[in-house]
Amino acid sequence: MTAAPKAQPVVQFAGVSKSFGEVKAVDDISFDIRRGEFFSILGPSGCGKTTTLRLLAGFEAPDEDGGEVRLLGETVNKKRPYERKIAMVFQNYALFPHLTVARNVSFGLEQRKTPKTEIEGRVQRALEMVRLNPEVFSGRMPGQLSGGQRQRVALARALVLEPAILLLDEPLGAIDLKLRKEMQLELKALNQQLGTTFVYVTHDQQEALTMSDRIAVMDTGRVAQLGTPAEIYENPRTAFVARFIGESNFFDGRADRRTGGQWVVARPGGGTFEVPDHPSVSQAQDVRIAVRPEWMDVQKPDSIPPGENALVGIIRDIIYLGETMHVIVTVPGTGDVTVALRNEGQLIKPLLWKRGDTAAVAWLPEDCQILEQE
Amino acid sequence: MGTMRERALAWLYTRPEARAWALLAPGGFWLIAFFLVPLLVMFAYSLMPRGIYGGVEPGFTLEHYTRFFDPLYLQVLKRTFAWSIACTVICLLLGYPVAYVIARSTRWRTLLLFLVVLPFWTSFLVRTFAMIFLMRDTGLFNSWMMKVGLIQEPLTILYTPFAVMAGLVYGFLPFMILPIYASLEKLDQSLLEAAEVLGARPAARFRQVTLPLSMPGVVAGSLLVFIPALGSFLTSDLLGGAKQVMIGNLVQNQFSSARNWPFGSAASFIVMALVLAAVTWYLRVRDAGVRIVPPK
Amino acid sequence: MSMPIPRWLIGFAGVVYFFLHLPVLVLVVFSFNDSKFSVDWRGFTLQWYQRLLERPDILRGLKASLIVGGAATLISAVFGTLLALALARQRFRGRRMFEGFIYVPIVTPEIVTGISLLLLFALLKIPLGLTTITIAHVAFCISFVVIVVLARLEGMDENLEEAAMILGADEVTTFWKVTVPQLWPGILSGALLAFTMSFDDFVITSFVSGPGSSTLPIVVYGMVRKNVEPSINAISTIILLATAILIYLADRLARAK
Repeated sequence: MTAAPKAQPVVQFAGVSKSFGEVKAVDDISFDIRRGEFFSILGPSGCGKTTTLRLLAGFEAPDEDGGEVRLLGETVNKKRPYERKIAMVFQNYALFPHLTVARNVSFGLEQRKTPKTEIEGRVQRALEMVRLNPEVFSGRMPGQLSGGQRQRVALARALVLEPAILLLDEPLGAIDLKLRKEMQLELKALNQQLGTTFVYVTHDQQEALTMSDRIAVMDTGRVAQLGTPAEIYENPRTAFVARFIGESNFFDGRADRRTGGQWVVARPGGGTFEVPDHPSVSQAQDVRIAVRPEWMDVQKPDSIPPGENALVGIIRDIIYLGETMHVIVTVPGTGDVTVALRNEGQLIKPLLWKRGDTAAVAWLPEDCQILEQE
Repeated sequence: MGTMRERALAWLYTRPEARAWALLAPGGFWLIAFFLVPLLVMFAYSLMPRGIYGGVEPGFTLEHYTRFFDPLYLQVLKRTFAWSIACTVICLLLGYPVAYVIARSTRWRTLLLFLVVLPFWTSFLVRTFAMIFLMRDTGLFNSWMMKVGLIQEPLTILYTPFAVMAGLVYGFLPFMILPIYASLEKLDQSLLEAAEVLGARPAARFRQVTLPLSMPGVVAGSLLVFIPALGSFLTSDLLGGAKQVMIGNLVQNQFSSARNWPFGSAASFIVMALVLAAVTWYLRVRDAGVRIVPPK
Repeated sequence: MSMPIPRWLIGFAGVVYFFLHLPVLVLVVFSFNDSKFSVDWRGFTLQWYQRLLERPDILRGLKASLIVGGAATLISAVFGTLLALALARQRFRGRRMFEGFIYVPIVTPEIVTGISLLLLFALLKIPLGLTTITIAHVAFCISFVVIVVLARLEGMDENLEEAAMILGADEVTTFWKVTVPQLWPGILSGALLAFTMSFDDFVITSFVSGPGSSTLPIVVYGMVRKNVEPSINAISTIILLATAILIYLADRLARAK
């Protein structure tokens, strides 16, 4: 991240709630979005991320006394979508099927009473920006386009308005993997090049990690964690975040004693592991940690490197994944622990382990992620 | 864009119910005033004594309903019911195989389907007239039969129960075929392949897979035939002669020659009640999911 | 298909198709037969069609049918579309009940609708005529328009309207520039169905028409009741042709993208 901008946030959610009948779709969320950043709202379906975006667009209004949504410092709770001057790309693109590509792109300009002489040039530039040849595509109908092309038209239709904020509702969900990867990079480049604030809703953690400056992870209508991709991945605050973004192994115990700047945690089934000092850990308190599989190692029980945590179990399975090998170790009192080892070539340098071996999973105390109680 | 328009929009936006009512009002008014209210008026008429010149007089009576226990009218009710059921069953027996053939055909499907949809929309009056043209004593059927030498004298077909039944089946058969076709067409072919792989022979595949899964279409089609058959009067009027063959004719008579409006209203209300009962039964069956487990 | 369709089944279906189409086919063929009474083929003629033009009652009936059909179609198309919009897009109390109510006129036997309207008009002392026929036709046509437009609305992407609004169009502009163009084929298709049904209706009309306001089906019914003459074949053929064209157009529109 560059230095935190002093300027006022582009978007502010201040204690915003939205209910549908009895269901609280969005439950008292508060966060700011900074000018020009690529901000992702990430979560599983039903977590409230789409409702959050729709609150921002103006398709939904917050509950009475359900907080405030602010755009450029102005409270917009009661403003209609067409009064908000923001742009949006829809999940299914929502291109007008009865209008040509050019008329789709010019639609917003016409609503904003842009002079006719100006419209044509801006439409052309917008199409070029999303790498569609205006001469080829202007006259086509949306029905004649491929999924990827529709996606680009939808993007052009939004960008032609030069909005301060662009909302994107899972725009890459419906296109195939290869094109998706390409579009991810293109969107990121457009964000940097135009200086437009992007608010991007997705359920795909990989996509969010790849593109975002910051990510808000949502769970059951609340923001579970907000931070940079590295903060979210390397320091998840809750078990939900640790589980939803990447894979994690979980260990429980109770803080027993403090030695040398570290806490010794006693496991319920016997044995201990050590975790670094952490504000939320104190004497006799329950502790839950998460450890990423790639930060662990498999060791012989009698040759564990000093200072590392280790739990002994039996190898239940070894799975070949290409880039990595997953060794699944059944640890008594914990269950299955997954360790990811780099695949250095099974044909020339095979793993030394096999199913049924007794082995220890080992990791450094500083690789423990101490989780808050949910 | 005047400020009035903006203000009006803002007002409607803050009052979603007002917006809904604005859209509902004209059509809703029409349906209530000219469909629901007339039904209530009809019900009220059926409970009032008959006036001298066809209308009603103030008062309350159940006599128009109790009159249906009179053997003459009971007979009409029974006949209407029996014929409607018979018509439904015949349409099912004729229509199911046709729907099956359409659903299984590939090259001719569009044409075959069109040939069912066409009579579906053809004027009922014209089609009934076509039956007269075919069945009357000097009609095409008799004249050809005589020419071929199968009969010497023309057969009396018109104005018999047979003619009415033929007319009803002819009139409502498309209503049976279309829904059955719709449910057969949706049938997942891989289910039949699965049954085949599991060792089911053609007859068993039909009985245990195709038939149960097409039941929603059968039920819908039966309803679509039964209801208009119950209320039909044109067919029995033109093909059955002037006799009071079905309840529809009874109703019509009360409003033309007999001029007994309350009795006609009661008869009409009975038809409506039967129809609503059939629809309720249909909704029950549909929502419960039709489950007909074939015998082993 | 894993198995060919059994031959006997195809044969059976063929017989049913024969039964379904023979009467009307014969009717049409004999509208061109040069003989008043015989059912033998006596040569081609158009005289029965010419006769129609000489009958003022048929022409009056046609005119009445077109007036009623036009008015009933216009009213039921507009009101039905508004109803469909309310049912599909608005949240209001009693919505589900109202949605169910829309289907009631469709399942109600025509004779019940007809006499109940007759009673209402008699009660209110409204003289029977083209107005009462139109009122009655709208009452049973609205539901069909609602169903056709509703199907179109359900197939329509709701995001389109949201997209228009976020692009700066207010509700009214969105309605005219996005909703109506999308619904247009559905509205037209519903209108054509309404016209067809109004044009065809005999039963309901027979109860609510007064002296001098006979629509074409009423006139034809009178002819059928009196005696069977080839002019009826001719007018029937014309009605068949008109219906077929209308339904074809309605179907094309309903399928339009």
